[in-house]
Amino acid sequence: MSSSNPKATRRRSGILTSETINMSHGGGGKAMRDLIEDVILKSFDNQELLMMEDQARVDLSALTKLGDRLAITTDSYVVDPIFFAGGDIGKLAVCGTVNDLAVGGAIALYLTCSFIIEEGLPVADLRRITASMKLAADAAGVKIITGDTKVVDRGAADKIFINTTGIGIIPKHINVGAQLAAPGDLVLINGYIGDHGAAIVGARGDLAIENDIESDCQPLNGIVESLLAACPQVHCMRDATRGGIATVLNEFAISSGCCIKIDEAAIPIRTEVRGMCEILGLDALYLANEGKVVIILPRDQASAALAAMRNHPAGLHSTIIGEVFSTPAETVILKTVFGGERIVDMLVGDQLPRIC
Amino acid sequence: MCLGIPGQIVEIVDPEKNLAKVAISGIRREVNITCIVDQDHPINSCLGEWVLVHVGFAMSRIEEEEAKKTLALLQELGEAQKELDSMTSTII
Amino acid sequence: MKYVDEFRDPALAQTLVREINELVEVIEFSKQRPIQLMEFCGGHTHTIFRYGIEQLLPKCIELVHGPGCPVCVLPMGRVDDCVSLAQRPEVILTTFGDAMRVPGSKMSLLQAKADGADVRMVYSPLDALRLAHENKNREVIFFALGFETTMPSTALTVLQAEADGLDNFSLFCNHITTVPIIESILNTSDMQLDGFVAPGHVSMVVGEKPFNFVAEKYRKPIVITGFEPLDILQSIWLLIKQIAEQRAEVENQYARVVASRGNRQALVAMERVFELREFFEWRGLGSIDNSGIKIKDEYARFDAERKFAVPNVKITDPKSCQCGDVLRGAIKPWQCKVFAGACTPETPMGALMVSSEGACAAYYNFGSLPELLALKLAREKQEALP
Repeated sequence: MSSSNPKATRRRSGILTSETINMSHGGGGKAMRDLIEDVILKSFDNQELLMMEDQARVDLSALTKLGDRLAITTDSYVVDPIFFAGGDIGKLAVCGTVNDLAVGGAIALYLTCSFIIEEGLPVADLRRITASMKLAADAAGVKIITGDTKVVDRGAADKIFINTTGIGIIPKHINVGAQLAAPGDLVLINGYIGDHGAAIVGARGDLAIENDIESDCQPLNGIVESLLAACPQVHCMRDATRGGIATVLNEFAISSGCCIKIDEAAIPIRTEVRGMCEILGLDALYLANEGKVVIILPRDQASAALAAMRNHPAGLHSTIIGEVFSTPAETVILKTVFGGERIVDMLVGDQLPRIC
Repeated sequence: MCLGIPGQIVEIVDPEKNLAKVAISGIRREVNITCIVDQDHPINSCLGEWVLVHVGFAMSRIEEEEAKKTLALLQELGEAQKELDSMTSTII
Repeated sequence: MKYVDEFRDPALAQTLVREINELVEVIEFSKQRPIQLMEFCGGHTHTIFRYGIEQLLPKCIELVHGPGCPVCVLPMGRVDDCVSLAQRPEVILTTFGDAMRVPGSKMSLLQAKADGADVRMVYSPLDALRLAHENKNREVIFFALGFETTMPSTALTVLQAEADGLDNFSLFCNHITTVPIIESILNTSDMQLDGFVAPGHVSMVVGEKPFNFVAEKYRKPIVITGFEPLDILQSIWLLIKQIAEQRAEVENQYARVVASRGNRQALVAMERVFELREFFEWRGLGSIDNSGIKIKDEYARFDAERKFAVPNVKITDPKSCQCGDVLRGAIKPWQCKVFAGACTPETPMGALMVSSEGACAAYYNFGSLPELLALKLAREKQEALP
């Protein structure tokens, strides 16, 4: 058996025995190899990664068949709590980066993944996170092909930080950009707003609000592909993450120089998310989403777009929420349920619950 | 200092401390209902009542009849206006 | 949502707008002297802006935004006092979200938190009480502010702390009362107000009587108002009706929540725990007699000011700050020289720009479309000059 064969013992595939991550797991030695093999490789499990080279290698000719532009995006994920209803930091790290590729019209292909782990993180948590990342990657049809792991002293990070860089290819005929919004266009969204932001606020034990709100964290590349297949002339797409749909709409208005008017009565919001907003005095327009894309496209494409989106699991509640005008320029205006109008500005700082 | 929101008492949690669970549009929070409990309204009779919640306290009962009255008044106004419109539009 | 959605009905809004338009025909006004109605309460200001109510009204009605924002009128010196309490290592400073960004002379509570002070946001003073139970070796201080709406919840929390036998819980009390400030506004010679939208949740606690003096002594109409947009519009209609019919009465538009005698249990709790301060400083408005609240001697062990020393320094606003004029309704936010220039939500100079229902922040964020756009164009024109 292995005990009589020192070489085999030394070369045994890594099995992580400790229950918490400690500094040696980032040290580059056997402990680190055990961590990588037993947790990371086991979870992510793909051909490129298992080569265990210092870099992932991808065949260029296969890529150029798909399109004519390389899309690259990177994001770091530091959310707290790391586990929340509807997801976790790992799922976020995969979906968030995939979505940044998708809204550019890119076919998402590969992700890198860097962990910065605080000493003391339970290994069970890390396993849970990597398993979640694999699930999300499979759902999105992407592979995590290279990465890095560092361990830092207790207090130097908050449990775990994840950075993912995404690579995709943009097909030749696709051309989206925030500046392309034009008067007459319509504004669409693929479902309920504010779920993620409300879930995170609701997860705060100190506010003691019982709720069943779940994050909407999901990959959007599938629904975007369906949309673009039906309507290649989409003008703008952005996923409405931090700062909510209000921020994205302002970005579109400023880049294009147009006026975007949205109809409060048309914006879908779940009953419980409304309740959370009403009790805390929050505005759902500014709450984060992790599975919503705001789309601006020519008016005559809207029905085809809606049909394609509603046909996809990520877009069952897709709907038109507004339209684009020429003036007043660079402004987002909300027609309130009450009939009056008001400006929707960019957020300053984080939204805080209020009692006034 | 005014953010108050209507909610419905769905559970009595602690009769001694006057604590109840209030449901507000699908979410729930523990609320102190001292201000709406008295001899005429002992705590257990408050189940199912609608209250105005402010910073974790039920500050007032919401009177269904008054709410109806307020809205009815406005609806009647609206009806009266419609009638006037149809009258004036038929005047040649 | 029951009792909410019905009061946001746009069809009923249109009904009221039409009635208001018909009524103003009989009232005398001019462009220099429109009909001026003041909404006292910050919550009302927020609703007005959030739903764009002002635009639905005829041009001859002007809404003047009053100083009923307890965060906005908090003097900088008191914020400094609170920050110094928070910086004590044994203290957990609990506060409502509204107060976290108000700038003191050196920093806000949010900045103190970033610097390492244990500042925690709570939804209710009861949550602060729970923290005191869970952290017996720390002192939990609750930053209590607000008008009569919020005073009962603070008072009841102190009474619960007493019943629980807690010795590590105290309040930094900055509660203020409504009536003295309304009286002060009515006494100001440069104010010409034709009616008041009265704070519905204050009345919920204190009843109608405290507001009788507005009608009886000053002969101005006053309507106790709810917080949904239809409530405010209906109140405006009732005020315009009173003006047209030359009446000056107290009316209760918010009868579904406000009982004419107020809430007895709330008043009893307040009476047990609190008493009036002789002087209290309002930011931008100066000192107003008998408007501030302090904790009675019997409850001194729950008074953070008596448990701990605070700097207690009176800090005046920067010279360019015109918060006081805006608070009294003498000028509109965009008429302040630093509005949207040196003073923005990102770089607030005064509290009116910090608090989400401060008039300046409300104008800046929600925009009163015509004025704000005009201001924007004027600024752009200036910047384009060589």
